This record gives sequence, C-alpha cells and structure tokens, in this order.
Amino acid sequence: MVVGQPAIELERVWLGWRDRIAVRDVSGVFEQGSLTAIVGPNGAGKSTLVKGIAGRLNPLRGRIHLAVDVARRLACLPQSAELDLGFPISTFDLVALGAWHRVGAWRGLDGPGLDAVDEALRVVGLAGFGRRPVDTLSGGQLQRALFARLMLRDARAILLDEPFSAVDRATTEDLLDLLHAWHAEGRTVIAVLHDLDIVRAHFPRTLLLAGQVVEWGPTEQVLSPANLHLARHLCAGGLQ
Amino acid sequence: MSHWLELLTQPFIDYGFMRRALAGAWALSFAAGPLGVFLVLRRLSLMGDAMAHAILPGVAVGFLTAGLSLSAMTLGGLVTGVVVALLAGLVSRLTPLREDASFAAFYLVSLGLGVLLVSLRGTNMDLIHVLFGTVLGLNDPALLLVTAVSSVTLLALAGLFRVLVVECLDPSFLRSEGGAGAWAHMAFLLLLVLNLVAGFQVLGTLMVVGIMMLPATAARFWVRAVGGQMILAAALGALSSYAGLLVSFYHDVPASPAIILAAGALYFVSVAFGPHGGVLQLARQARLRRARLLESMES
Repeated sequence: MVVGQPAIELERVWLGWRDRIAVRDVSGVFEQGSLTAIVGPNGAGKSTLVKGIAGRLNPLRGRIHLAVDVARRLACLPQSAELDLGFPISTFDLVALGAWHRVGAWRGLDGPGLDAVDEALRVVGLAGFGRRPVDTLSGGQLQRALFARLMLRDARAILLDEPFSAVDRATTEDLLDLLHAWHAEGRTVIAVLHDLDIVRAHFPRTLLLAGQVVEWGPTEQVLSPANLHLARHLCAGGLQ
Repeated sequence: MSHWLELLTQPFIDYGFMRRALAGAWALSFAAGPLGVFLVLRRLSLMGDAMAHAILPGVAVGFLTAGLSLSAMTLGGLVTGVVVALLAGLVSRLTPLREDASFAAFYLVSLGLGVLLVSLRGTNMDLIHVLFGTVLGLNDPALLLVTAVSSVTLLALAGLFRVLVVECLDPSFLRSEGGAGAWAHMAFLLLLVLNLVAGFQVLGTLMVVGIMMLPATAARFWVRAVGGQMILAAALGALSSYAGLLVSFYHDVPASPAIILAAGALYFVSVAFGPHGGVLQLARQARLRRARLLESMES
C-alpha cells in the first residue's frame, strides 16, 4: 500500500436502481490513505455511490476500479444495517464476527483472536459489555459495537454510510477519534455524512454530490457557499 | 414408586409397536426441534406449516401411482416441497408479494390439490393416514427413513450452524464477507422439506409441524443462546413424544394429536413460567420496577 496511489478509481460511473438514475457520470479517485466525506442533499446518490463502490450495485455505465489490496480487504457499514436486534447474541459474539475473514464458518478464535475482540471492545468504550445481549444496547452502544466489528476486519478501505445519524454527541466524538486513528494507520476511509460542521472539522477531502459531482477536492474549497447553493439547486432536498 | 415406574415404562417394554413409535418420534424430534428454532429466529414460524402442506400433492401423486408406498410418497413429497419452496421464493423476488404471503398462497393451493388427489382414489382412511400419520404402525423402511433424515439434518446443521446464525442476524454482513448465505438458505429449506417428508410418516402432514414449532417456541422462554435453544427444543420434543404416546396408550386416543397436545402443554407452561419473557416473570419485573419507582419518589 502506498499513500497517494489510487485506492478506488471511478471512471464515468452511472448508477441507478429500479427506474431511477441516482448517480450520473462520476469520475475521480479516492487515494490510498485518504479520509473523504461524501456530502450532498437528500436524494443526491450518496448511499447509491457507496453501494456501487462496495460492489452491491453494478454500474449502469462506466467502471469502478479497486486496487488489489482494497478489493480484498474492503469493509462497509451500511446506513441501516439489516441487523435483527431481537436475535439472541452477545455483544462479544457480534464484534467477533469481524474476524469472519480469518475464521470463516468453521474455525474458532484462538487466544490472540479472543484478545483482539476484547481490545476492540475496549477501544470503542464497551469494555465489560461483552456478555451483554445485543438487544440491551442503546443506539450509540450498538454503533460502537459495529465499529469494533469493523476494527477486527482490519480492512484497507472502510466505507461508512451515515455512521453518526443515530448517536449522541459523545459517541460521535469517540467514533471520530477512531476514524482518525484508521486514517493515521494509512487506511482509506470514506464516510457519507450530513453534518457539515463535522466534515469541516475532521475531513481533509470532500466529494459534494448532487446526482453528479458538484466538486471533489479539499474540504474548504468544496464546501463553498456557491457549491452548496448549486447542490441545493440540483437536488430537490436541502443541506443542513 | 415401582407402580409409577411400571406405568411409565411397561407399554414400551411390552409392545414392539410402542417402541418403534417412540424411536420414530424421538428421531423426528431431535432434528425437527433445532430446525424449528431457526424458523422462529427468522420469524418464519408459519413457513413450516406452509411447507408441510406443500408436500401434500406430491405425496398424493405418489399414493395415486403406487398406493401406500413409502418410497413413491416420499419422492413425490420431496419434489413438490422443493418446487414450492423455489416457486414461492421466485414469486416474492419478482413481485411485490412478501415471502410469507407467497408461501401462504402456494400452500393453500397445494392443500386443495393434495386432498383432491388423495380423494380421487383413496378412502377416507387413507386420507387420514396421510394427514395424521401412522406413528403406531411404523414399519422398518419408515423408521429407517426418519432416523436417516434426522442424522443427516443434525450433521448438516452442525456444519451450517454459524452461517445460518449470521444469515439470521445480519444478512448484509454475510453478503459483504462473501459468505454463502443464499446457499445456506437453500440447504436449510431442503432440510426442512426432508424432515417434513420423513415426518409425515410419523405424525402426518398436518401434525408434523407441531413437533417442529411448539418445542422451538417453548425453548426460547427458557434459554437465550441459540445452541441451548436447539438442544432444549429437541429435548422438549422428545418429552412430548414420550408423554403423548403414553396418554395415547392408556386413554386409547390417537397418538399423533396426543403428542402435539403434549408439546402444546409444554408450550403453555413455558409461556407462563419461562424465565426469559414468560408471563409471570414479566409481571414480577413490572412489580419490581413499580416498587423502585415508588421508592425513588419517597426518597
């Protein structure tokens, strides 16, 4: 992995689902080790683009190219995880699923593997929560657990769709620290966000989307009043 | 004491047909209970019912072509069970209809078709055999079939356990990890059909779902962990079979409804007394919460 090399390249990508085209003609590069926010009004195609990069949606036209190590080790936390919260599973076991790529369907976790789960729980502030059933966690605690699961994935690129939408300020701050730690380790981090204050404070690069790219580059330059106005104009929704 | 022991064991010591019935019902319980636990966890409790009816036309075609032949009826049931599972899945994927509604539609059609087909040639007695089973008349091939299916099911569940758990818990995660969720789902449906087909020999197509779902739903009131629920469901199913056969023997009532009613009794006991969401436990918790609230108001 070389910081600055392309991690994810988009070449004139068009994405859509059902009878709607959500993303038009998007081209650009997420560099290795970059920390990028994707912002835009409601219906701008942010989640659709993330789905496309994660390989859950095939482009209608164009090409999404992932670097070899990124393709092998890509983690994604969707906006509404299809998690069955009534399922009888402990927080420890939920987090341990992050080691699926190593243990698969049959192998067990060895000593260091179990320690890694404990460590991930500690880092996200859930030390001592391992035995708690998942259905007793609050929204913020659950999001922390899902971040701990992402940690165990040890992914080269991490896609997050609205990771702070249902959590309180303190949890958001803690999880942002974790994002910075991943960034410092040279991982490529891409997050769909709504809160522009958070983007300005924490994300060096931003992709402003409104069905098409409004601008993609350094955050201060991208989030100019003129660009935000244009994005609002292009979409029917509104930016906060 | 010895009198009680005699009452509880003598029918099985004296009569071969009772021993065979117990062996068949236990074999079925050991596999059906754990399968039922996954159906409950997937919120597909009614799917077992739907699938049980779905095998009826196939069983009926087997019966029409070869009479009360085990292999013909088993093969027929297996084929229609798998076809209905595939078609129902296809309809729910291609149309806005949800999978449960799609299954319900197919099972109602299957039930009508199955009863019509059996009535074409059979007598009412044959129809009753198919619908309610012949647990007290299990022959060697039927017993072998149900024990073989049970063994295969338990081995397959052991192999698929983690994939099935993750597929219930977080299907999108399994997809992102390249886990074979769709294949595991298909394998699970196949196991379901296999057990229902084997089970209709024992308890009949209408009753077989009872030994699958009642112990599974009862188990969740006692144990939290999925593995524990599976073991308990199998044990409760075995206990229901034993109790049902005894009641049937002493009171001269049909065996398969007696087994299902015994499972039903265990279910109601679990709903009332189970420590995980049982009615009494919920009432006790509500009382405690209220007491704590009053205490905090006074202090």
